Amino acid sequence: MDSELSPQDKKDLDKFIKFFALKTVQVIVQARLGEKICTRSSSSPTGSDWFNLGIKDIPEVTHEAKKALAGQLPGIGRSMCVEISLKTSEGDSMELETWCLEMNEKCDKDIKVSYTVYNRLSVLLKSLLAITRVTPAYKLSRKQGHDYVILYRIYFGEVQLSGLGEGFQTVRVGVVGTPIGTVTLSCAYRTNLAFMSNRQFERSAPIMGIIVDHFVDPPCSSQRPANMGQPCNYRAPDEEDGGQFAGVQDSQEVCNTSFSTSPPSQLYASRLSYQPPALAAAAELCHPVVNPNQVLHTGKEGGVVLVPAQPPQGADTHLTVEHAPNTPGSSFLSGEDDGLSQSGEGRRDDRRSVSPSDPVESLNAFTRKVGAFVNKPNTQMTIASLDLPFAAFAPRGLDTEENDPMVHPPESPPCLSPLQGSLHSEGSEGSGPQDDFVMVDFRPAFSKDDLLPMDLGTFYREFQNPPQLASLSLHISSQSMADDLDSLPEKLAVYEKNIDEFDAFVDMLQ
Amino acid sequence: MNCRSEVLEVTVEARQVEEAMLALLHTILLHRSTGKFHYKKEGTYSIGTVGTLDIDCDFIDFTFVRVSSEELDRMIRKAVSEFKEALSNSGSDGIGQISLEFYQKKKSRWPFSDECIPWEVWSIKVNVVNLANEQERQICREKVGEKLGEKVINVVEVINRHEYLPKMPTQSEVDNVFDTSLKDVQPYLYKITYQITDCLGTSVSTTMRRLIKDTLAL
Repeated sequence: MDSELSPQDKKDLDKFIKFFALKTVQVIVQARLGEKICTRSSSSPTGSDWFNLGIKDIPEVTHEAKKALAGQLPGIGRSMCVEISLKTSEGDSMELETWCLEMNEKCDKDIKVSYTVYNRLSVLLKSLLAITRVTPAYKLSRKQGHDYVILYRIYFGEVQLSGLGEGFQTVRVGVVGTPIGTVTLSCAYRTNLAFMSNRQFERSAPIMGIIVDHFVDPPCSSQRPANMGQPCNYRAPDEEDGGQFAGVQDSQEVCNTSFSTSPPSQLYASRLSYQPPALAAAAELCHPVVNPNQVLHTGKEGGVVLVPAQPPQGADTHLTVEHAPNTPGSSFLSGEDDGLSQSGEGRRDDRRSVSPSDPVESLNAFTRKVGAFVNKPNTQMTIASLDLPFAAFAPRGLDTEENDPMVHPPESPPCLSPLQGSLHSEGSEGSGPQDDFVMVDFRPAFSKDDLLPMDLGTFYREFQNPPQLASLSLHISSQSMADDLDSLPEKLAVYEKNIDEFDAFVDMLQ
Repeated sequence: MNCRSEVLEVTVEARQVEEAMLALLHTILLHRSTGKFHYKKEGTYSIGTVGTLDIDCDFIDFTFVRVSSEELDRMIRKAVSEFKEALSNSGSDGIGQISLEFYQKKKSRWPFSDECIPWEVWSIKVNVVNLANEQERQICREKVGEKLGEKVINVVEVINRHEYLPKMPTQSEVDNVFDTSLKDVQPYLYKITYQITDCLGTSVSTTMRRLIKDTLAL
């Protein structure tokens, strides 16, 4: 029992389990932020990288986790759970998954605490990193934005899985035996997303008047009901409350990164001296790449704005581009540009000042691209007023080429081309707030016309099997051959007469 | 000591081969890499930090986590693209297998060279299919993503059984257990090999073996 475990081992084990629990919560919440995570490897160990893994600590998340634990440790009958749920902009919410860190009674007395248990906990954290990208909630969280947000809630005690609906699946991340019990990490996730499929991509009438910071409350705000979760986004602390979560690490919490190759009796290696909380010394975090297309496609541009009163263009509007509101860039950005950095506040301010303008610029750049698929009623436009990337290649000097069937095919489609027509319509939207919001129809390039909607596959197949060219069919070709041969002497006579013209032409070319 | 052997099988389109292999190999290596060891006196050592990186696949609806080490990534990519080329050169019906083997070196006396003793082998069998149209490709994207997710869960399950791992070595022995050539992380010693099966179901190596045997029998 516990008497067999030395006091030092017991103390170490408790510390390992406590920090394992905190790191587990960090990994899970960071995996649901909606951003790709990137941390650097470092060959020199620092005292703050528990389990030798570069996992950053978001102070708010640590604060929530510690609040839930309330000084206790996960133990037998006392599980730590992280519940991930989804909340739509209409206020509906649904639990997606519950991650459980449990302890059972099965003990492994012979295992070495400060070496084997520590390393196995490290492997378990790596497994957690891998598995958090595999469950269905990951894809949902990557697409969170103005339609829905992902929330997390940490609780301690009995595991509650009733909110996951029927037929939920369980995946076990791993187990680590310790002298006081076996640590088990698992995830139960919802499979029945019926509520989602009805509502997820419905484009009903635009939602008016939702304030951007509706979903963001300060973490310790009393407005949020106890059973509602925290949003899975990271807002860098303001300068005023920058000190609030600074001291997350207790003074005695040092991460033991020293190991011994000596026999078990000499397991306790020299401990590293205490290092200040990981605000300055931790491994640097790479910023997620802010790809304008990625940002805007997933609609992470900070919530819904007043939508101009434009009827949606057809039933199948898929792509909506929205304008980034003038809020602090980090409020809804799910850790996008402000990132998960814990570095000094000076750096954070720089990034914050950069982030609102970048999305707007990239939005403008992106709007032009999106406009390629806008369907607008055709109006006659001269080429000069078309703002086209390929306007330079449009046929000019129409007078001389009026009769050329190559330039003016017998049946011209309503738009000059889908590309030109759509870009024109983008240009005619007008300036002002309407610039910011474009409802588009998703139509593949080269699709014929409205009357005959054709998918790309069908088009490709038809293109693969074009009808035989008339001039290549046998009987016609043989006839034309004979005609050609007959007319040859006449043609030669004509050419000989005009030989001077041909010579002049050849000289011109040279 | 028996070598632990695990087989994973995936069916993918030709353009998905590279990403599927990278996803699985990196997932395994994530678990089989530690930070750099720094030995100090008194027989103790400290371990560096392993960073991680999320990678989105372009041709598969899948994201995997790899170790944050460009050197390691380059080496794995090189091996995977050799495998991919061999697979595509073998013909469209080709089935291939890429193996990631973790081994320990055992020093032998001169003139014998060091022995490489594998302790864990992961074999990934790949079936390449050709799809006819865009709709099938879209379905394949999602399906392969789900399959890879299942494979990751399999990998994690095996690794978390915490079966045999080489003992942590002393400073003099560290190169027999770990690959210390990288500057930021330290994976266990590993090697990647592959073999391609042609459409007749016989592998090139078995054909060669048969030829040699026949020649010697004469």
